[in-house]
Amino acid sequence: MRYLPHTDADRKAMLSSIGVNSIDDLFADIPADVRLDAPLDLPPNAGEMEVERQLGAMAARNTPASSVPFFVGCGAYKHHVPATVDHLIQRSEFLTSYTPYQPEISQGTLQYLFEFQTQVALLTGMEVANASMYDGSTGCGEAVLMAHRLTRRSKAVLSGGLHPQYRDVVQTLCNLSEEPVEALAADPDGTEDIIAAIDEETACVVVQSPDVYGRIHDLTPIAAAAHEKGALLIAVVTEIVSLGALKPPGEMGADIVVAEGQSIGVGLNFGGPYVGLFATRQKYIRQMPGRVCGETVDANGKRGFVLTLSTREQHIRREKATSNICTNSGLCALAFTIHLSLLGEAGLMRLARINHANAVALADALTAIEGVDLLTPSFFNEFTIRVPGKGADVIEALAQKGILGGVCASRLSPDEKALDDLIIVAATEVNTDEDRAAYAAALKEVLS
Amino acid sequence: MSMNRGGRPTSAQGGGTTDHPTFTGNKALQIEEPLLFEVGNTTKTGVDLPEPGNVENRLGDLERQSIGLPGLSEPEVMRHYVRLSQKNYAIDAGIYPLGSCTMKHNARLNEKMARLPGFGDVHPLQPQSTVQGALELMHTLAAWLLEMTGMAGVALSPKAGAHGEFCGMAAIKAAQLAKGDARSVVLVPESAHGTNPATAASLGYSVRDIPARDDGTVSPEAVREVLGPDVAGIMLTNPNTCGLFERDIVEIADAVHEAGAYFYCDGANFNAIVGKARPGDLGVDCMHINLHKTFSTPHGGGGPGSGPVVFSEALATHAPVPYVIQTGETYSLVESVEAALEDGEHPFGRQTAFHGQMGMFVRALSYMMSHGSDGMRQASEDAVLNANYIRAGLRDVMTQPFGDQVCMHEVLFDDTFLKDSGVTTLDFAKAMIDEGFHPMTMYFPLVVHGAMLIEPTESESKASLDQFIATLRDLTRAAGEGDTERFTGAPYHAPMARLDETRAARQPILRWTPDMPAEAAE
Repeated sequence: MRYLPHTDADRKAMLSSIGVNSIDDLFADIPADVRLDAPLDLPPNAGEMEVERQLGAMAARNTPASSVPFFVGCGAYKHHVPATVDHLIQRSEFLTSYTPYQPEISQGTLQYLFEFQTQVALLTGMEVANASMYDGSTGCGEAVLMAHRLTRRSKAVLSGGLHPQYRDVVQTLCNLSEEPVEALAADPDGTEDIIAAIDEETACVVVQSPDVYGRIHDLTPIAAAAHEKGALLIAVVTEIVSLGALKPPGEMGADIVVAEGQSIGVGLNFGGPYVGLFATRQKYIRQMPGRVCGETVDANGKRGFVLTLSTREQHIRREKATSNICTNSGLCALAFTIHLSLLGEAGLMRLARINHANAVALADALTAIEGVDLLTPSFFNEFTIRVPGKGADVIEALAQKGILGGVCASRLSPDEKALDDLIIVAATEVNTDEDRAAYAAALKEVLS
Repeated sequence: MSMNRGGRPTSAQGGGTTDHPTFTGNKALQIEEPLLFEVGNTTKTGVDLPEPGNVENRLGDLERQSIGLPGLSEPEVMRHYVRLSQKNYAIDAGIYPLGSCTMKHNARLNEKMARLPGFGDVHPLQPQSTVQGALELMHTLAAWLLEMTGMAGVALSPKAGAHGEFCGMAAIKAAQLAKGDARSVVLVPESAHGTNPATAASLGYSVRDIPARDDGTVSPEAVREVLGPDVAGIMLTNPNTCGLFERDIVEIADAVHEAGAYFYCDGANFNAIVGKARPGDLGVDCMHINLHKTFSTPHGGGGPGSGPVVFSEALATHAPVPYVIQTGETYSLVESVEAALEDGEHPFGRQTAFHGQMGMFVRALSYMMSHGSDGMRQASEDAVLNANYIRAGLRDVMTQPFGDQVCMHEVLFDDTFLKDSGVTTLDFAKAMIDEGFHPMTMYFPLVVHGAMLIEPTESESKASLDQFIATLRDLTRAAGEGDTERFTGAPYHAPMARLDETRAARQPILRWTPDMPAEAAE
């Protein structure tokens, strides 16, 4: 077995140094009647070629985003990632290190986390950020729990534009801890009055912009209304590239911003691992969940970085911790911060403009088809169309023609029959003029 | 002095002096590196992008004017991160014996497999007809996990170990609520990882401690004493955080079940027993598995992890969505609670958007297929062998809190051997850094004073272990002989001297700001 260094002679010599006769003597504490004597009913060890053959065959049964005109979004987006990013994150010193518990030999990880936190704060327009969460949806759940702690109130109000799976994550957490949630109905038309749902019991109001249908919301009046009632505004961003074009939630009064950072550096990965961004106000840092990196000095007075504020965390506070979180999404945070340092403000703003322009061009091309209506007059790189017939059938028919044309809204909200004819379509910098033309032509054929 | 013909000295004579500060603060391969924000600027970019198309903007009057993010050219980015990387220790460079963290070899085949476009470049919401191979991979991984653990059901979606703990305990809560039997207390041994009590509390449970007996394990009597009709379940790590197999685990499970409670096993240390014992046979109702520990997906500086949970027959129906089902040759996802109810299941809800850490699933399955049934068993045996070899090599110079007894995959020492030496566990760990080793887990588990928990894993050769043992013997001797400065000022040779953690916590600086003074060279 290529990963195991010992020879049988080594094992024998080691057993003898330990003072036992056989390896089974070291497993004697396992009760005899539950000890496994027969091997597990699984295949035996396999060489690299064999593993590549088997996994390669599975991989070949999938359609990669790069291989077709691709317009699927809803919380995960196909973007181009520079080659430098994947090269750097595969350096041994980043890939195969642990949580930086020994800061003297972990400054590489700690410095990039400090830089990552700064970038996230700048992007979201907030004062501080943590060292990342598992993903945007779990970050959203943690933000609601943080709002409970800060306000000592329990009710969360969720906008109908919130990604339905994010809503489900919050709902699951709150159901289990028996806290009330008021989830407003799906809002593809942008008509909900969320301000009316905020009252004196409201801990937080959760609003996504651009929302799951693509619509852009001005958060300023919502923040003002929430603050007036003593509630917090949690802003959710599932397409972080949008903050290269749009006013950040921090400038519109958000108290906590949670975002999915997957679009920058991480890739699609069939849903994970991704990287959750979590930012808030300086005054709330002691109630913030997750790992945090801070600046300090070493014994010689030289600037360095350490994990800090650990008195919030489970390994110190146990059942009184702010959250049970132990890991962050370190390597994905590294991919994010490398890609963003390549882009810089100039690159990110240009990337955002390209995304927007491509989406506008696509929306125009699709809505030129008879029977197709645009539901979202404002949008960034994703919008919703209404099609005649069932959206799910249209998506499948497009897939048969080699076009991955978006997500049918009813896939995310199977209980909302009114969404059956809606398709959420995303366009990014990877789409060419030919891709858009192919989509429009295929949709026209499918609908005719 | 010998020289070549051009007058260049070729012998080492005269070199090798140590305390010779440089003008730059650099130390040869160790190069000082400023923050991104001190080297980049907002007009520069390392990505060439085309001109955006000319369209009328539909951003709804919420356009952004500036961000303040610096950019760097590609060579500058490369250099920045390579220099940072050179300040990190890594398992690829040497033994990383963090107890309970399981830093084993990360095979690059697994990285290669995860990057196949069919896995790395597919979207979670693509039509399911276009991702049949991805669903097959998830289904296959689930089947391997069930066979290894002897359990009935599995939830793949939890994003990390603690997320898996929540998943397991949520299923327990759902099962009891479904029976109309709401309970309020969870039993947790004092030696447990901090995530256990934190998880129980986050589900609204209060935590009742179970003391350990003198040999470091939990006794069935101690469990019976605290069991009652208010107890929802027990969270027990096995092998436990002292590196010991809970030898009365079956009796404990029986007692828990008799009281109408469930047995949550923290599977952080499952790597010690793969192919040797199955949690399902031990009476476990649910257990999370850290794919980044047992199945070697890289730790990546603190994540991403992946924490699938396996369930007994009694709890499997409450596993969260999504999950994969197979009908004939076709795989499909059950993505909503409504659909799961139609499928006859009773999930407690959803824990994350999408389907879990697919990238980690691929890596873990690649590890499993590479090892196979025989290799995984051998890996567990070698991990246990290596920990006991370290124990045998150090038992006469270091002290074990529960006496010298056989351990599993990790061996626990306390600081009794450092008594009156003026050296603490922390100092000892920092001196190990100077010797080129990553220290072991320190001060955990909390039940042992000055704990040092060493987990070598199966990846270390005998030669590597011999060197590690010899160095620790040298250090214990130095501590005993009063060479305290070697410890109290350590590390002397790391990229940084000891860092002031108190200052970081009291005056938190969590980000760079433009008015911060740039770091002057040392």
